[in-house]
Amino acid sequence: MSPATILTALLILSSAAYYLGRRRAFAVASKRGGIRYLHSRPTYYGALTALWCGIPALLLFGLWFGLEDKIITNLVVADLPQAIRGLPDNRLNLVVNDIKNLVSGNIVAGEVTATIQAAAEHYRNLKTTSNAALAVGMLSLGIVGTVVVRSRISSTLRARNLVEQLVKYLLIACSCLAILTTIGIVLSVLYESLRFFEAVSITDFLFGLEWSPQMAIRADQVGSSGAFGVIPVFSGTLLISAIAMLVAVPIGLMSAIYLAEYANKKFRDVAKPLLEILAGIPAVVYGFFAAITVAPFVRNVGSTLGFDVSSESALAAGLVMGVMIIPFVSSLSDDVINAVPQALRDGAYSLGATRSETIKQVVLPAALPGIVGSILLAVSRAIGETMIVVMAAGLSANLTLNPFKTVTTVTVQIVTLLIGDQEFDSPKTLAAFALGLVLFIVTLFLNVIALKVVRRYREQYE
Amino acid sequence: MNEGDSKGNKVERKTIDIVHQGLAKRYRAERRFRLYGLTAILIGLLCLAILFISIVGNGYKAFQQTYLELEVFFDPALLDQHNLSTADYTGLVKSNLRTMFPEVRGRSDKRQLYMLISPGGAFQLRKMVLRDPDIIGRNISVWVPADDDVDMLMKGHFKADVAESSRRLSDKQLAWIEQLKEQGKIRKEFNKTFFTAGDSREPELAGIWGAAVGSFFALLVTLLLSFPIGVAAAVYLEEFAPKNRWTDLIEVNINNLAAVPSIVFGLLGLAVFLNFFGFPRSAPLVGGLVLTLMTLPTIIIASRAALQSVPPSIREGALGVGASKMQMVVHHVLPLALPGMLTGTIIGMARALGETAPLLMIGMVAFIVDIPGGLTDPSTVLPVQIYLWADSPERAFVERTSAAIMVLLVFLMLMNAAAIVLRRKFEKRW
Repeated sequence: MSPATILTALLILSSAAYYLGRRRAFAVASKRGGIRYLHSRPTYYGALTALWCGIPALLLFGLWFGLEDKIITNLVVADLPQAIRGLPDNRLNLVVNDIKNLVSGNIVAGEVTATIQAAAEHYRNLKTTSNAALAVGMLSLGIVGTVVVRSRISSTLRARNLVEQLVKYLLIACSCLAILTTIGIVLSVLYESLRFFEAVSITDFLFGLEWSPQMAIRADQVGSSGAFGVIPVFSGTLLISAIAMLVAVPIGLMSAIYLAEYANKKFRDVAKPLLEILAGIPAVVYGFFAAITVAPFVRNVGSTLGFDVSSESALAAGLVMGVMIIPFVSSLSDDVINAVPQALRDGAYSLGATRSETIKQVVLPAALPGIVGSILLAVSRAIGETMIVVMAAGLSANLTLNPFKTVTTVTVQIVTLLIGDQEFDSPKTLAAFALGLVLFIVTLFLNVIALKVVRRYREQYE
Repeated sequence: MNEGDSKGNKVERKTIDIVHQGLAKRYRAERRFRLYGLTAILIGLLCLAILFISIVGNGYKAFQQTYLELEVFFDPALLDQHNLSTADYTGLVKSNLRTMFPEVRGRSDKRQLYMLISPGGAFQLRKMVLRDPDIIGRNISVWVPADDDVDMLMKGHFKADVAESSRRLSDKQLAWIEQLKEQGKIRKEFNKTFFTAGDSREPELAGIWGAAVGSFFALLVTLLLSFPIGVAAAVYLEEFAPKNRWTDLIEVNINNLAAVPSIVFGLLGLAVFLNFFGFPRSAPLVGGLVLTLMTLPTIIIASRAALQSVPPSIREGALGVGASKMQMVVHHVLPLALPGMLTGTIIGMARALGETAPLLMIGMVAFIVDIPGGLTDPSTVLPVQIYLWADSPERAFVERTSAAIMVLLVFLMLMNAAAIVLRRKFEKRW
C-alpha cells in the first residue's frame, strides 16, 4: 500500500468514525428523551470520535515516515557480507546509494554484483513489509480510538470542551512550527559547520585571505591544499550588495517620497503597483536578464570608455540586484513616511517652509529610524540574494573593490559547492554549511536590529 | 522695498525681504527636488520596461519552430513487423534525405546534410509507424523539426554573410536550406513541442511541460501544508495566545523567518529532509516541504492581518449569545477573515512558484526528460528549468529560456490578478 492510499483509507475511516460517534450520541439521547439532554450537540461527539481515530494514526504515520528509511537501511547494511560492511563510511555510502538506486529503478553507478542485487531485493521486501505494517498499525489505531471513544459516549461526556481542547492543542502545535523551523536551521547548519571546523580551524576560516575550496583526492595532487578563507568571499558579497544599495536606496527612497508627498491619487494608483511588479518578478528572471542583457552592455560601455571590464563583473550583478530591491526600499519607506503625523508637516508649513524643506528637515528626520530599518532589511535581502549572483557573478574569489572585476559571493559559493554529487564528509561540502552559518548569523543580526528599530519607531507615533 | 526707505540712512532690512530674496532659489530647489522624485519613479518604471522588452524580444520567436518537409518512403526492407519499435528510423530519415539531395556525395558532406534535421525526426517517424503500421511501403510527406541551428538561421539570429568559419552552418548547408526554401519545403509553425515535452539536450525537442508538472506537484504540497498550518498558527496567535514570553518568542521568530534568505531554507532541507530523514532527492515532495517552511511566515503574517481587521463587535456579539471562544472563531471570525487569508496565501504561492535557490540545494537541478507522475518522481520546476537552460551555450536555448520566463510570468500574473480580484470582491470596510 502506498502512503497516499493509506492516508485516503484513514480519511475514510475517520469520516466513518464521525458518523458512528454522532449516531451513538443520538441513540444515547433518545434513551434520555431528546438531544437537549446531551451535554454537547451530537456533531461534537462525532468530531471527538473522528479526532481520536485520525490523530494518533497520523502521528504514527509521521514518525514512521521519518524513521523508516534509516531503519531499513541499517537492517540492509547489517545483512551485507562482512567485506562490504568493513568498508570505510564513504565507500559504504556509495554501496547503499547503489542499492537504493537499484530499488527505485534508476541508473546505478557501480557494477551490480549478486550481493548488491540480493541486498536490493532485501530492501524492497523490507519496504513492502514496512508499508504493510504501517497500514495495519495506523488502521488498527484508528479503529481502537473509534471504539474506545464510542463506548464512552454518554449524556454527561463533555464532548465540546474536549474537542475544543484538542483543536487548541493542534493550533498551538502549528504555531510552534516557526520555532521548530528556526531550531532546525540552527541545528542543521551548526552541526555540519562544527564538522567543518574540525578539519579547518575557525580562525583560518574567518580571517583567511584566500578561498579555493579544493580538497586533494590523492595526497600528491597539484594544488592539493585547499584554502578556506572567507574574507574574499565576504568582501565580494559586500561589494555587490553595496552597488545594489547605491542603486536601490536613492531611487527607492526618492520614489517613496514622491509617492507619499507629491503624487496625486491617480498617479499613485498607477505607479505604485507598477513599481511593485518589480518585486514580484522571480530572482531567476533577474539573473537571466543580468547575464544576457546587462553584463554585455556593461562590458561594452566599459570597453568603449577604456576600462577593462570582466564579463561577469560585480557591477552588472549589483545593478540588477539594485533594481530588484527598489520596490522593497520604496514600499517600506512609503509606509514609514505615511506614518509621520500630519501635524508635524502642518507645523512646518505654517512656519513658511516649502514642501521640499518640510520633507528634508521635518519628515525625513522624523522617519529616519524607520527608513534606516527598511534599508537594513534591504541590505539583508541583498546579502542573501542568490539567483542573480549565481547567474551573473563569477566563481573566482578575488579580494578587490574594483566593480569591473569578477567577484564571488557567499551564496554563489554555497550553491556551487552543493550542486552535483556530494560526499558528506569532505570539507568542501561542509564549507557550504559554514558559509550558510555565517550568512544566517549576519542576516539574522541585521533583521533583528531592523525589526526592532521599525517596531520602536511605529510605537513612537501610534 | 520702496523708494522712500532706501533714501537717506540705511534702513534695517525686514525679515520679509530676506525671505523674498531667497524665494526664487527656494522655489527652484523645490522644483528640483520634485523632479528628483519623479525621475526616480521613471527610472524604476524604465527598468521594468527594459526588462520586459528584453525578455519578450529575446523569446517571442521561440513559440515558433522551423520544420522541414520530407518525402518519406517507409521502406518495408527496413521495417519488418517484428522490430517496429527498435528499427533504424535514423537511417530512414537519412536515406530519405539522400534521395532528396541525390547530388550529395562524400561522407563529410552527407554528415552535414544529416545535421539539418533534428534527432527528433526519427522519433516522429517511429511514432507514426507504431500508431499505424499500414503506412509501411507508402510514400508520405512528413514535416519534421529542423535542427536548432537551421531554426536560428530561419529566425534571423545567425547572419549568413559572415565568414564560413565563424558561423555554425557551412556554405553547403546554407545552399541546401536555400534550395529547400525555394521548393517550399521549409516553414515555421507553432511550436507545440515547447508546451508538451520535457527537457532535452536538443533545443528543438526541449519543452517546459515536465517542469510545469513538477512545479504543480511542489506547489500542491506547499498549498496543502502551508495554508492549514498557517491559518491555524495565525488563529492561535491572534485569538487564543496569552501575551507572554513564549508567544513573544514565536512572534519574533516568525518575523525573522520571513526575512531569512531563501537559500538557508535550502540548506535546512538538505540537512534535515534529505540527509536525516532520507527522503528522495529531486522530489517535488521535498521541494514542497521546503517551500512550505519558506512561505509559512508570509501566510501567517497575512492571516493575522486579516484576523485583526475583523472588528471586535463581531466577537463580542458571538460571545454574547453564548458561543464558546472556539465557536466564536470558527463560526464568525474565520469566515470573515478568510478572503484576506486566501489573498495572502495566493501571494505566498506566487512567491513559492518563482523560488529557485532552495530547490537547487535539494537536487531539483537534475536533467530530467520524463514528465513526473507523482510526488516522489525526480523532477524539476519552472524557475529551475529556466536556470538550467540559461546555462546552456546554444543560441536556441536563450530563446527558449526567455519563452519559459514569459510562461512563468504569465502564471505569476494570473495568480496575482486572482489575489487582487479576491481582495476587491470581498474587501469589507467596517
